[in-house]
Amino acid sequence: MSRAATSEKFDDNARRALADPALQGALAFVEANFPARRRAVVDALPEFDALRDSARDIKAHTLAHLDLYLEAWEARVKEQGGHVHYAPTAADANRIVLDICRAENARTVTKGKSMVGEEIGINEHLEQHGIVPVETDLGEYIIQIRDELPSHIIMPAVHLNRQQIAADFRRVHTDLPKDRDLDTAMALLSEARTTLRKKFLAADVGITGANFLIAETGSSVIVTNEGNGDLTCTLPRVHIVLASIEKLVPTMEDMAQLLRVLARSATAQEMSVYTTITTGPRRGEDQDGPDQYHVVIVDNGRSAMLAGEFRDMLRCIRCGACMNHCPVYHAVGGHAYGFVYPGPMGAVLTPSLLGVDRAGRLPNASTFCGRCEEVCPVRIPLPRLMRFWRDREFSRQLSSPVSRAGLAAWGFFARRPWLYGAVTGIGVRALAWVGRARGKFGWLPLAGGFTATRDIAAPQGPTFQAQWRRRAGTQGVAEHARTVPSGNPHGRGSEPQLTEPAASDPESRP
Amino acid sequence: MSARDQIFGSIRRALAVTGEEASRKKIVADRIADHPRGVIPARGQLPDAERLALLVGKIEAAAGSVVRLATIEEVPAAVADYLRTDGLPLAARRGADARLAALPWEREPALAVTVGASSGDDLVGLSHATAAVAETGTLVLLSGPDNPTTLNFLPDHHLVVVAAATVVGDLETALARLREERGAGGTPPSGLPRAVHLITGPSRTADIEQTLILGAHGPRRLHVMLVGGPA
Amino acid sequence: MAVSKRVGLLVTCLVDLIRPSVGFAAVGLLEHAGCTVEVPPQTCCGQPAFNSGDRATARKLAEQVISAFEPFDYVVVPSGSCAGQVRVHYPELFQGDPNWQPRADAVAAKTYELTQFLVDVLGVSGVEARVPGAATYHDSCSSLRELGVRLQPRKLLATVESLSVTELADSDVCCGFGGTFCVKYPEISDRMVGKKAAAVTATGAGLLLSADLGCLLNIAGKLLRDGAAVQVRHIAEVLAGDLDAPPIGMPAAAPAPTPTAEAKR
Repeated sequence: MSRAATSEKFDDNARRALADPALQGALAFVEANFPARRRAVVDALPEFDALRDSARDIKAHTLAHLDLYLEAWEARVKEQGGHVHYAPTAADANRIVLDICRAENARTVTKGKSMVGEEIGINEHLEQHGIVPVETDLGEYIIQIRDELPSHIIMPAVHLNRQQIAADFRRVHTDLPKDRDLDTAMALLSEARTTLRKKFLAADVGITGANFLIAETGSSVIVTNEGNGDLTCTLPRVHIVLASIEKLVPTMEDMAQLLRVLARSATAQEMSVYTTITTGPRRGEDQDGPDQYHVVIVDNGRSAMLAGEFRDMLRCIRCGACMNHCPVYHAVGGHAYGFVYPGPMGAVLTPSLLGVDRAGRLPNASTFCGRCEEVCPVRIPLPRLMRFWRDREFSRQLSSPVSRAGLAAWGFFARRPWLYGAVTGIGVRALAWVGRARGKFGWLPLAGGFTATRDIAAPQGPTFQAQWRRRAGTQGVAEHARTVPSGNPHGRGSEPQLTEPAASDPESRP
Repeated sequence: MSARDQIFGSIRRALAVTGEEASRKKIVADRIADHPRGVIPARGQLPDAERLALLVGKIEAAAGSVVRLATIEEVPAAVADYLRTDGLPLAARRGADARLAALPWEREPALAVTVGASSGDDLVGLSHATAAVAETGTLVLLSGPDNPTTLNFLPDHHLVVVAAATVVGDLETALARLREERGAGGTPPSGLPRAVHLITGPSRTADIEQTLILGAHGPRRLHVMLVGGPA
Repeated sequence: MAVSKRVGLLVTCLVDLIRPSVGFAAVGLLEHAGCTVEVPPQTCCGQPAFNSGDRATARKLAEQVISAFEPFDYVVVPSGSCAGQVRVHYPELFQGDPNWQPRADAVAAKTYELTQFLVDVLGVSGVEARVPGAATYHDSCSSLRELGVRLQPRKLLATVESLSVTELADSDVCCGFGGTFCVKYPEISDRMVGKKAAAVTATGAGLLLSADLGCLLNIAGKLLRDGAAVQVRHIAEVLAGDLDAPPIGMPAAAPAPTPTAEAKR
């Protein structure tokens, strides 16, 4: 496997995914379980929708004042003896982290799950410079030893079954006895726990992400279930937090509001097991905790998103509910998206990170069914944002020539009602005649992909409008077809003309 | 230009602001100073007895266990009971918390309680929570010499004492009390300890085939001793 | 209940071209409820262009629709998706346009999906159709999530004599049609419609209904190819008790014997 971005190959990736039975088994489980579990926990909290509004408003307010909250937060971090670093790009962030590690002569680094860490490729960067990063979230550990991207932002290894994981453990844990039983999830966890416990205790530096940064207190907050994040930021001498700029919230109360929607949306829990508010390094009298506390503030294209229609995307709290509910994700899984952020949120975010020329297929791979927006805890209008990418793709002429030609032809006729009526009238009658015996077609030109697995119903015959005009004529009621709606209250000459020649359609309803 | 200036400049360009607008500064300063509460779920807003019952139910729903004790003096016996029931060695490690130090440990002479942070060799950690949140069954623990963080995460069993008087209905109230007691926010420096731990049940993972297993990297068991309050 | 309303029927291009019987069923329902129905010349609401990033064409087509339907008291659409385009997306499309936004907003505000209009605006509480058999209902995504239509079709179907309605598992999940999606990503679309078709057959119902011809053509296409013994129709045909036309994708020559329908009136 590989961690290289392949978003431009979405179509090939998807085809492969559809033909992968192990993956399909894993995805069926996501589809069957997550929506129902989330529904149950949401139904148990009558205030949930009000909390979503609150969460949306908190994030929107913070983004609109982001410069000032960032300043306030930074001042508090420094007062507590923490260090703040600024990384305009992924490369800057990687360099900063490496510099901190080198200054400590670090050899091994433990890592809590961090999506921005995945985004900037911090592990590869450290490895290239002789430092061993060890992912400690179980799912992240599994994909690290497989050299894969996460296929889900909450459950990175959701695409794998336990037989695959057992094989990887046997390959990598070379001290494992051959007869060691790894058949159950419990046995696999036990093996990972033992291996990783040693890593925790030996690491020089711990790197975590942040779910929130609290401006009021200068804190970073991580939310986990395993406890790996806490061991990562407690045991090593140095704790480095990787946080993108949009993680800020004003106060502890604001964090509390977001926590209520985060856990329910992500894992159908009322509260994740461990929420830890970290403020600065070890204090004088403390017996544990790191001596140094660093936060690397990563921009990597986000400040530019603040300016335009994609600002809404910066509200995202990385819960994964959108992908858990996405029928396209359920069909192809996370790796098809070809980058660290899959599903609907990835379809919006990835083009802004990789460029719409590379990732333009992602926002097209949606039926706009709207289930993602329906469950988004911060009410991001994901379909609308995907459509904005399609607008840009279209205006830059990046979309496929065939679909552009098809649309252009449709648009040409649809803007000329009379011509449309004439041409479609002939077309549907011809199709109806050809398809009359079976009522359907097994193949039609230009619909090859559709008709490979589906039939297409034949038209009934003359168009509705043709029949309606006929009915209007025979019944002697208002002749709608020749009646221009009188209500053009503005009376501008440039209005589209909907009149058509009196030579109306001679067809009649069969 | 520094990286910091670059990022602030880019944010301000995107927002079409200078950062010097008095009105914006006031909005931000007021928000931090006033820290308004948002939507508070009704479920935790209960009289004492019901609030404690909700806490117990929520801890158990999160796969933790709870015993109710009438007085804190009963803690040593309760710890010994837990260890005997689970067939564990009669040993635990705690921090310097005065409330735990003052307990009549001599009543359980077989129980060896050591003091200090954990280096990973302890099977059982004992902590005193600063508060608990009934709404979700969440314990609030503060880092420091009284209750070192490592005791929360390295032992297989985490035993936590919670005083009924510190059980609140919602997370906001717990955080507000913390702010009152520790001076967090408002006037710098913040009085928050290095770490505030909000703990809801024992460690778990569902990363393998979405099978829920307790005890991923942290404790396999979380056992709460809830002291005092109406039954 | 007889309320005199002047309704413009936005018949939708799919109904216009492929299944006019849906349009006539809709007209029948509206007229029976006391409306005067008119059908101004029309082509396409512009949704395919809008969803493909071609805002210029989408606007041109929207302007046509707005101009054509402005005179009516109401605009009724036998499709949640096209109704959603007018009701939700036209205002978005013309946002900030001093000339067109007020007009788009006004037309959007009086545009309804058919069952939504019958129940919510006209207060229709039942229909007078008899359709023996068992049916299941697929919510189109636009009906459900853009328009909030869920109970209205079920309420009306419950009054169809001799028809039992079984809830479809995952009735809120997309069938994979998605307009141009099913052509751009046929394999993914097929996987989605495969699940939908399986859920439909699992109900044991002999009749699948929905309020969107796009979804129906997609699901029917899958059921037909798989040889499933499920007939597919637009809900308007059943509510109107007008089953003269053969089910979707079936030949006219050999109309299926069941379910039969008869209007009671």
